[in-house]
Amino acid sequence: MTATTEDQAGQDQAGKTGAGRHIPDRLTSPAARALKSWEMLLFVVAVAIFIANSIASPYFLDPWNLSDASFNFTEKAMIAFAMAMLIIAGEIDLSVASIIALASTVMGLAMTAGAPVWMLVVLGLGTGLVCGAINGALVAGLGLPSIVVTIGTMSLFRGISYIVLGDGAYTGYPEAFGWFGQGYVWWVFSVELALFVIAAIVFGILLHRTNFGRMVYVIGNNATAARFSGVRVERIRFILFLLTGLMSGIAAVCLTSRLGSTRPSIATGFELEVVTMVVLGGVNILGGSGSIPGVVIAALVMGLVTFGLGLLNVPGIVMSIIVGALLIGVIALPRLWAMWRK
Amino acid sequence: MMTTFLKSREAILALAILALLAVIAFRFPGFVAPANLANVLTDTSPLIILALGQMAVILTKCIDLSVAANLALCGMIAAILNGIGVPLPLILIAVVALGAGLGAVNGLLVWKLNIPSIVVTLGTMTIYRGIIFVLTDGKWINAHQMSEGFKAFPRAVILGLPVMAWIAVGVVLGFALFVNRTAPGRALFAVGGNPHAAVYTGISVGRTQFMAFVLSGALAGLTGYLWVARYAVAYVDIAGGFELDVVAACVIGGIAIAGGAGSVAGAVMGALFLGIVKNALPVVGISPFWQMAISGSAILIAIAFNARGQGPKGRIILKQAEHRA
Repeated sequence: MTATTEDQAGQDQAGKTGAGRHIPDRLTSPAARALKSWEMLLFVVAVAIFIANSIASPYFLDPWNLSDASFNFTEKAMIAFAMAMLIIAGEIDLSVASIIALASTVMGLAMTAGAPVWMLVVLGLGTGLVCGAINGALVAGLGLPSIVVTIGTMSLFRGISYIVLGDGAYTGYPEAFGWFGQGYVWWVFSVELALFVIAAIVFGILLHRTNFGRMVYVIGNNATAARFSGVRVERIRFILFLLTGLMSGIAAVCLTSRLGSTRPSIATGFELEVVTMVVLGGVNILGGSGSIPGVVIAALVMGLVTFGLGLLNVPGIVMSIIVGALLIGVIALPRLWAMWRK
Repeated sequence: MMTTFLKSREAILALAILALLAVIAFRFPGFVAPANLANVLTDTSPLIILALGQMAVILTKCIDLSVAANLALCGMIAAILNGIGVPLPLILIAVVALGAGLGAVNGLLVWKLNIPSIVVTLGTMTIYRGIIFVLTDGKWINAHQMSEGFKAFPRAVILGLPVMAWIAVGVVLGFALFVNRTAPGRALFAVGGNPHAAVYTGISVGRTQFMAFVLSGALAGLTGYLWVARYAVAYVDIAGGFELDVVAACVIGGIAIAGGAGSVAGAVMGALFLGIVKNALPVVGISPFWQMAISGSAILIAIAFNARGQGPKGRIILKQAEHRA
């Protein structure tokens, strides 16, 4: 795997020198840095979209409408937190949407066999973990590139759903199972929103306040150096794939519960939106930098944009054009800006 | 000479294909009748053509996930142009040019802005498909809305094979010549094998990647017309998920995903392998819903296999230390 990191460096055109880097006399204050950060910019964008939406549509500022809008991003954002850590460590998982499909299918199978609700949840999360373990074993264990591995498992996991379901569907989940995707903890705060907040806090602490999190950055910046400093690179990569699988399992429980049905085409295209969310949140797609607060704000921005466009009756496929353009634009604009300033 | 040939990727694949055909023929002799094999080849033509374009891209360490969306958009444009009475030769030129243009968009983003190809093509994949929807409002263009000449061209039979299969054969030969006998073709390998060395030999890494994307796009454009004309229908979702099959064909064919290694014969056989499996499933009585999982497993087995073959052939020094570790 170390070879790939070096190769990527090589791909950036051999010998691109950091021409005359400016070295400041003293460090800028943390407050000044925070003001200039990507997260701050995103936050301003989020506030602007919020204000624009509330002016454009009189229905926007209703608490129940906003609560409904949160379902646009909660499931994807939960995966995005784990994906952010994976991308910071220099890997990627394109199979997340297919893991949702497979986990949902397993839950559907169990449901028709008469399994109780707790069992459905356990099976959903378990399937996510198993899928994550398969990805992790292939990438960390055999040292295969994660892009191809997860393109393969993307087709394998959803393929299994198609084998089981064909063009059919599972419907008729028990009433109690609906709590995860349709229930409310308190007033307008849905169960999914609560899970989103908990996941944000857990992943924020994991990435920014623990040794494990520091090691993720180290691996993303220089996997070879990490290995020589005693970081168990393979084990951490494996755990990251496991976490991504688990979060996809949680998302599968929420989504299946919210829709109340399982089709093999469930969650199609989620991987694109999750990756876009992560990149929009300021995570470097080549690994090594990024933050969970950034991903949280990016999730809010994407949720607000899709909700706002929905209020304006924009069809889903046009929104996917916007998501695709956002993904490329967010990476392209800073680079264009840097080229223009040179 | 003989032993290296037998150990080569192409030989193993050829044997695997023959074994597969033998197993199917054992139960269903009709499958290996020449007429049916010709049918399988025609069916697999789009996959073969796209796999070659993808091969050029993968050789340069990139990946093009937008090929299927590019195909669908160009196919739709072909159907629309046909609807307003544009003659066939002009349509062919237009789709190839449009495909190349869409490929150039990918290529420019990779070359000039240094954005990883996976991100670029993941984005353009949805954008290109979205454009079809915007152009057509999600409407279908059906067989009765297409002219006879438009539909008949890929199916016209010459010397026992339809034009579609002949085009695939032509692309394979032309591509083999390009990759093995021309300077830009060799540059694909140089850039993927060792980007630093390529720069020092005077090859621009970015420009070569750009060229690979344009090539892949142009072939996708051509396939777009063939696809729409053969199946006589154009809508937003044609060839949905086909990019995965294309990547699978390359990986099975032994094109190294890290770039720089692979052969035209390998890519073609990878595509043929998938094509035979796909055509054999209904014959053998397995639901076509198995296709996706089979492609996925084939990708995983093939990359695991590739990694084994490419392991460093070193010699262990300090045997004692090795045992202690």
